[in-house]
Amino acid sequence: MSEASHFKDHHREARLFFSRALVAGGVIVLLTGILVLRFFSLQVDHHEDYVTQSDRNRVHVLPIPPTRGLIYDRNGKLLAENRASYTLSIVHERVSDLAETLEFLATLVDISANDIEKFNDQLRQRRRPFDAVPLRFGLTEVELARLAVNEFRLDGVEVHAQLVRHYPEGDLFAHSIGYVGRINEQELSEFDPDEYQRYSGTHSIGKIGLERFYEPELLGEVGYQNVETNARGRVLRVLDSGDPKPGSDLILHADIELQKEAMAALDGHRGAVVAIDVATGGVLAAVSAPSFDANLFVTGISFKDYRQLNQSKDLPLFNRFLQGQYPPGSTIKPVVAMAGLHYKVITSETTVHDPGFYKLKDSSRLYRDWKRWGHGPNVDLKQAIAESCDVYFYDLGFNLGIDKMHSFGDQFGLGEKTNIDLPSERRGLWPSRDWKRGARGESWYPGDSLNVSIGQGDVLATPLQLASMVSTIAHHGVRLRPQIVASIAGEPRPPIVDQNVDVEESIMALGIEAMAEVVHGKHGTAQRIAQGAKYKMAGKTGTAQVVAIAQNAEYDSDALSERNRDHALFVGFAPLDNPKIAVAVLLENAESGSGAAAPIARRVFDAWLLNEHGELRE
Amino acid sequence: MPSQDFLRRLPESDRTLRKRDRLQQRLHVDFWLLLLLIIISSGGLVVLFSASDQSLATIKRQGVYFLLAYFAMLVTAQVPVHFMRRMAPWAYALGVVLLVLVVLHGVGAKGAQRWLSLGGFRFQPSEVMKLAMPVTIAAYLGQRHLPPVFKHVFWTLALVAVPTVLIIKQPDLGTSILVAASGLMVLFFAGLSWRYILAAVTLLMASLWPLWHFVLHDYQKKRVLTLLNPEDDRLGAGWNIIQSKTAIGSGGVPGKGWLHGTQSHLNFLPEGHTDFIIAVLAEEFGLIGVLILLSLYMLVVLRGMTIAVRAQDSFGRLLAASITLTFFVYVFVNIGMVSGLLPVVGVPLPLVSQGGTSIVTLLAGFGILMAIATEPRKVIR
Repeated sequence: MSEASHFKDHHREARLFFSRALVAGGVIVLLTGILVLRFFSLQVDHHEDYVTQSDRNRVHVLPIPPTRGLIYDRNGKLLAENRASYTLSIVHERVSDLAETLEFLATLVDISANDIEKFNDQLRQRRRPFDAVPLRFGLTEVELARLAVNEFRLDGVEVHAQLVRHYPEGDLFAHSIGYVGRINEQELSEFDPDEYQRYSGTHSIGKIGLERFYEPELLGEVGYQNVETNARGRVLRVLDSGDPKPGSDLILHADIELQKEAMAALDGHRGAVVAIDVATGGVLAAVSAPSFDANLFVTGISFKDYRQLNQSKDLPLFNRFLQGQYPPGSTIKPVVAMAGLHYKVITSETTVHDPGFYKLKDSSRLYRDWKRWGHGPNVDLKQAIAESCDVYFYDLGFNLGIDKMHSFGDQFGLGEKTNIDLPSERRGLWPSRDWKRGARGESWYPGDSLNVSIGQGDVLATPLQLASMVSTIAHHGVRLRPQIVASIAGEPRPPIVDQNVDVEESIMALGIEAMAEVVHGKHGTAQRIAQGAKYKMAGKTGTAQVVAIAQNAEYDSDALSERNRDHALFVGFAPLDNPKIAVAVLLENAESGSGAAAPIARRVFDAWLLNEHGELRE
Repeated sequence: MPSQDFLRRLPESDRTLRKRDRLQQRLHVDFWLLLLLIIISSGGLVVLFSASDQSLATIKRQGVYFLLAYFAMLVTAQVPVHFMRRMAPWAYALGVVLLVLVVLHGVGAKGAQRWLSLGGFRFQPSEVMKLAMPVTIAAYLGQRHLPPVFKHVFWTLALVAVPTVLIIKQPDLGTSILVAASGLMVLFFAGLSWRYILAAVTLLMASLWPLWHFVLHDYQKKRVLTLLNPEDDRLGAGWNIIQSKTAIGSGGVPGKGWLHGTQSHLNFLPEGHTDFIIAVLAEEFGLIGVLILLSLYMLVVLRGMTIAVRAQDSFGRLLAASITLTFFVYVFVNIGMVSGLLPVVGVPLPLVSQGGTSIVTLLAGFGILMAIATEPRKVIR
């Protein structure tokens, strides 16, 4: 068709094509050579590197969290256990769009704003890459099924069975056992590398109470699993593993029935009861009321619940027996009396005239007795303790002076931590000259000694300290350290003697005799609790003035006056001859040590000393 | 045609033709090429079986496509070469119309619009263009004096540009490059002056900057950046290339064994059954497997070029050479991208990657080669 065809030179075109084909062939060989070199480089030169990378890809070390140690009461009843619970977690690195995933998950399972908040908190924390961050605990069967059906749409979402702490008794031991909770940012930042590893599979840590104090023992040792995973992080098979070592079980001195009785005796009133085994120092019961359900904290308490607990004016989260510092009032009078005998300031025969007040020589101030008209002209030691005569102790305190009072009271652990196996203990306050100079910048006045002698003024003690004090008296001067835990992993913890009080046995006997009078004497302040008792006891009541408390103006007047009423206290032990149990009772604003606190101690004694038929146990 | 004045058909019973050659002539089949293609596609099925996590359904589907494709190849091989030349403008026009329709009414996925839906049947018009382009350019230039003069070069470039731009619009960079290349390669084999080639290369280099800033889509730029530094975004864009290099490298010389590639079977390797299938092969069959496959491809290319050189006229030569070289470009671009030498563009590994209509197109191309190879001999008087 084209006229050019007439001049087409087919040979020339064929030669031209052939030369181009040769060039193309050269290029093809060159490019193929490049490919071969490339594969040679990848598969031969860098083979080892890529094998390593390929192994790192597929093999992951998964920590296996150890089972947390269980906690039992002295009779082997479970107080803290681990329950299987299904937890929904997310591996952030494997989720392409977190917001979208969360939105989708919310259509499958119930996820509250609180869950999201906690999840985001934990996501911001330092953690290992590809660690799963828990989102929802305690999935139901229905939710599990929904997740399983949608698994293929949920890259990076994991469901695994996890053991979650559970406290079968709820609020009964909340203040002594405490609770575990999710590890928070601060705790994480305080971990050393070793701890960081130990907690690699564990999401919770003891926050308060025994759970915190015995955290290292309870935790156990983490195990590991080398697993092969696919790119979505799903575990395909286990290559090898090391078993975790479960945490040690704890057995407490406490008796669940006694604890229940003490809690019931408080009857919801604000207060504390501590019962100590005189022979060992073991804590048989320790109650702070009102209490709270420890289970609320395990997987993260909701803001609503927390606000409710935190804002209650009854302070349920406050551990009254360990951290509540109260004026001990008359409960320390036996100790002051023994100090008088020890320093020979008085004898058992010394008497004091009590007109209802005491007056220092060059002062016009009257120090009043709780009994307006006084206890009469010849009050001796026994009567002074039995009837809690303040004037007798004003006189004794004045004559003893603060230094002797302080050093003697020291030996009973006043003003010192008991070093019980619980964290965050408060030490109370047992005043001295040095203390006052240091804290107030003032010198000691004789009037201060008067206040100290009746356990008022600056004196503060925790119910635990008072229980330890009275247990020391019951043990005739041997002060054993209070201990919550009786044995760890079957290994008993021996009693620890913290102090042998430097006092003659006869003096101790006199003090105990006077304390028996409190209960069994005709005019004893606690004589009502002796009624129907199958055993003898010794004790001391206390009614402590509430030191000026800053009160909120919003309180209504009834509540205001209620909170200003005196605290009721009682310390005592039983049986008198062979003491087995020492008890301290504190009731906030209950006004009367004899009327309110002493009967509670009686109930605790009965519960411990009598069997179900109301007879003394062997 | 006037050019046939100088030609005369050889008698059918020429004694110089061997028996096998006569059979090939009659069946319009090139036995060497057929054998190589069957070896590669069978091997491909073996690798695909592993890459698809031993999915028999995938193998069956691929097998059906292969049957269809070989059938298309044999049918195409029967078409007389001069008929192809005459039909070229029509095929080209049809292809362009379809591509325009894609731009106007196409359906797509992942932000790209590549398919036409015809009564439930979806197909990619760019596939038509893969064949229509070299045939058209070869037909156009085959009738001109070679080497082509400026005017013819200009019109050739225009013919190449129209469908290329339409395919870029979809956007489908990989296919547009291949379509453009198949046309431009005809120009090269036609004897395009080295000066033009040099000028074009210079121009291309100079246009890289505006191309980067005004033409390339973000995802395309990302692929290039990923190639340069895959470690920047290990779990994102760099993932594919890191994982494929890991698969290849960890295979070593002997490979991990068939069905034993951890990278692919543990889902670390994305697109293992499609574009990245060479990584599965390299992981499981090692360098040995790769070299065998490359050798087979080289033999195909060699056979294709032989057919081109032996072709009886410029049209046949240009067309055969272009189809052959395009096939090589497929191989090079795919393997280059999987091994991290080239940016990731969607180019399957011929005869091995899982595919549908693209396999049919590919083998139809080889059908054209066979038609050229078995064209009845013409001799110059």
